Amino acid sequence: MKIIADAKALHQLQKELKEKWDPQKPMVTICAGTGCRGYGCVRVKEALETEIEKQKLNVGVRATGCFGFCEKGPLVVIHPQKIFYQQVKLSDVPDIVTKTVAKGEIIEKLLYRDPISGERILKEEDVPFYKKQKRLIFGSNGLIDPTRIEDYLAIGGYSALAKALSEMSPEGIISEIKKAGLRGRGGGGFLAGAKWESCRKAHGSPKYIIANGDEGDPGAYMDRSLMEGNPHSVIEGMIIGAYAIGANEGFIYVRNEYPLAVIHLTLAIASAREAGLLGKNILGSGFSFDISISKGGGAFVCGESSALFASIEGRAGEPRAKYIHAVEKGLWDKPTVLNNVETWANVPLIINKGTDWYGSIGTEKSKGTKIFSLVGKINNTGLVEVPMGMKLREIIYDMGGGIPKGRKFKAVQTGGPSGGCIPESMLDLPVDFDKLYEVGSMMGSGGMIVMDDRSCMVDVAKYFLAFLQDESCGKCVPCREGVRRMRDILEDICAGKGKEGDVELLETMSQAISDGSLCALGGSAPNPVLSTIKYFRQEYDAHIKKKHCPAGVCKALIKYSINPEKCTGCGMCVKVCPTAAASGEKKKPHTIDNETCIRCGACIESCKFDAINVE
Amino acid sequence: MVNLIINGKKITAQEDTMILEAARAAGIDIPTLCAHESVSRSGACRLCVVEMRKGNRSKIVTSCLYPVEEGIVVETKNERVLNVRRLVLELLLARNPESDVIADLAKKLSVTPQPRFTMDTDKGKCILCRSCVRVCEEVVGVSAIGLSRRGSQKTVGPPYNEESAVCIGCGACAFICPTGHIEMETTEDKRIIWGRTFKMKTCDVCGRYFAPEDQLKYISKITGVPLKELAVCMDCH
Amino acid sequence: MKKATTTIEAKTKEIIKKYSRDKSSVIAVLQDIQEQYNYLPKDALRIVNEEMEIPASRIYEVATFYNSFSLTPRGEHVIKLCQGTACHVRGAAAILDKLERTLGINPGETSSDQKFTLETVNCVGACALGPVMVVDGEYHGQVNMAKVDKIIGPLKKGTQVS
Repeated sequence: MKIIADAKALHQLQKELKEKWDPQKPMVTICAGTGCRGYGCVRVKEALETEIEKQKLNVGVRATGCFGFCEKGPLVVIHPQKIFYQQVKLSDVPDIVTKTVAKGEIIEKLLYRDPISGERILKEEDVPFYKKQKRLIFGSNGLIDPTRIEDYLAIGGYSALAKALSEMSPEGIISEIKKAGLRGRGGGGFLAGAKWESCRKAHGSPKYIIANGDEGDPGAYMDRSLMEGNPHSVIEGMIIGAYAIGANEGFIYVRNEYPLAVIHLTLAIASAREAGLLGKNILGSGFSFDISISKGGGAFVCGESSALFASIEGRAGEPRAKYIHAVEKGLWDKPTVLNNVETWANVPLIINKGTDWYGSIGTEKSKGTKIFSLVGKINNTGLVEVPMGMKLREIIYDMGGGIPKGRKFKAVQTGGPSGGCIPESMLDLPVDFDKLYEVGSMMGSGGMIVMDDRSCMVDVAKYFLAFLQDESCGKCVPCREGVRRMRDILEDICAGKGKEGDVELLETMSQAISDGSLCALGGSAPNPVLSTIKYFRQEYDAHIKKKHCPAGVCKALIKYSINPEKCTGCGMCVKVCPTAAASGEKKKPHTIDNETCIRCGACIESCKFDAINVE
Repeated sequence: MVNLIINGKKITAQEDTMILEAARAAGIDIPTLCAHESVSRSGACRLCVVEMRKGNRSKIVTSCLYPVEEGIVVETKNERVLNVRRLVLELLLARNPESDVIADLAKKLSVTPQPRFTMDTDKGKCILCRSCVRVCEEVVGVSAIGLSRRGSQKTVGPPYNEESAVCIGCGACAFICPTGHIEMETTEDKRIIWGRTFKMKTCDVCGRYFAPEDQLKYISKITGVPLKELAVCMDCH
Repeated sequence: MKKATTTIEAKTKEIIKKYSRDKSSVIAVLQDIQEQYNYLPKDALRIVNEEMEIPASRIYEVATFYNSFSLTPRGEHVIKLCQGTACHVRGAAAILDKLERTLGINPGETSSDQKFTLETVNCVGACALGPVMVVDGEYHGQVNMAKVDKIIGPLKKGTQVS
């Protein structure tokens, strides 16, 4: 790829590439995100290529970014008809090529089947999971090969950059971002435009911009899919932002646990440099900017801005008191703008389509769309992008397809370890930056973990405290010592050693830990505890007063027993039991000795007759 | 000069003064553990927290690191602040039951142990204020000891918990430690600290042992003053 | 042994040179060393201290702060079980117990025959596959007790009694 000299040359190149692209041309796309790779999509892709070549068909196979419908991977779409195949196996490949690719014949069993109507759905856009989504940021993921800048250019990529550099001033760009009301997508929800303006005005040089790709909230993987699936959208946003702020150097901080994202970002940066879109005198504007990738070392706390700076500076990721803001003194004590990956990806959209259009999406104070990861006890696990203000119920039921195995919804945990659990009574709440705060949770970075009646909320609180204890940097007393003590109390409660007054003590400690902690990790650590106490107090009381776990999770408070009416005496439980607690004669109802049973669950997993009860 | 209110009292202070110093200058005491005049501030112990109100927003900040601002209203002893201090001391009482310093401070601030916190037995008197690390890095300049690990497993000491090759045996860390956690044993011609034994040097004038040889060698190296001129103890200078 | 040490020294110097001895790149340097040797050898860290002029205590702080580093040699097979919230809700805790029983070690430990290292990781971002177990870099999804046996079993074959 040669250096693109200016905006005009860019548009010319886009035109040429678009013509070659031809959406009417037969093509097979297959999702190659990390999730689908876990399903073996790479081998499926290779098999498709081999079979197509064998049959001498002139059809390309393109590995794209994440489609979002992770539950049903591997995902294959046949173009131009847009036939959507899900859960594709290696054995399906010959038929797919012979029938669908060559002749346009549909293979019914590979189509998505609506669980309620039983109907088979042909096209991606009609699948309920996708129907209500507004995939503005994410939509291109399923079209482009993220390792090819040509694909991004062919769909109009870098037009926003050309417009920004050739038609707009830095102040003008900031004004647009402010008007659009873009708020940070990483959890803080701070107005991006205001942040950029403060940094532009700040004294100090050089200035830096950083994309926060640390995405530490467990259960959230939106940024991973963006960095893997459409890295150029992030890079383009960053170049525009750097021009607006007056920075010539940028970093993308990617967490260590996302190797594919690092690879794709590295390739994207290299090809952007080759095309002259990064480096000196970008598109002939006189503006120079380049990006380096900084890999995290494995620490949730490095998602916090000052800890992230420390990490880039080569130090342990300990936050510092934020009495002086990062826009004044950030990385190496220089003015710095740190924004989340998804926030940067929104920038080209706003520049291209304008603030009127952007402002028409979402709610009054939360504009645009948000990508959520819908995970846990949900039928359609995946990534959904919806306008802000959509109701939780719609997301969980219309897109998520509800709870698997006919179980009952209990709560949805949002906002990661800084957030809280929302019960069924609140499912009609709209999801945006502000409404969830009012009920003791937050939107956070977008993780939505759905729980059913078999999830114990006290166990969930204990889980988050264990997570935070492990990830605490250890600098300040309230977090380092306080979170661990709260965890100890919850361990006691789950082990049947809870005492009267424990809940009140947790509440008192929560206020002091929230006020006294140095950073938001400790500051919001009490949230999962407080929200579960608020909405599920009866579960805490059952654990403490009755030494009973209603959801059947906490090992010390439950017993396994075999229902003699369902047990066929097949002996599977005996075979898998690690402590020989299960026993019985062949073909006669078996029993479990609760003294030796460690409640590991192996018997439940192996029993084909649903004969084991938990009480 | 900056005007602010602390505990209802009108205070004037120079710009860049921390609330802690501004309060103390006005006779208002705020307890501290990890602040020391010789080293930079870390804000780690959270004992010196105060409530700071600016306009209609208030937040809890550490007075050791928050500079005075025009028109802010500060409370150093209201319920919200005392709650944080109480928890900090309850947590430290449980972490360091052996420490007299913590026990005295808790008594002074009317804080009693929280029975629900099981006492630690393996943390000694270390409150992880990191004054020792800061003095070794900022004042002495050798960084012989440092922090390691994370969260509740964080500890202080030389790397690998082995003898440090760069330690000069000066004892600055033991001196600055607010709780006396760091053990330094000086007997006649030897000093033992952080598991390493240092040979002491005798004063050329009075003949008494006064400093580790390694310390004098280091000072000579960084100042350029010949070793011979340093081999005289403070009393004989 | 001397030859091995010299190789570690040489390789480490090579890595440091790649990053132009820039002190702020120490984490990247350690990551490259970790990738090369599957842990951070003491000799390698000594070279980092000498060549990059970073105090040993600072290097040690960084090496022990971040999860991706190991100061002790890791096993032939590294097994990472995801403990993210989505995986937890789908039963990852029970899988961890199963792995501890099967391998005879706790998270963070390596079996005495150096064959297995068990680690937990707080979310790999493959939540649809939960519970997720990564074995030697390969992702396995919907892991249950039976799957653990199926995946770990063949790796265990030939193990001496530890």
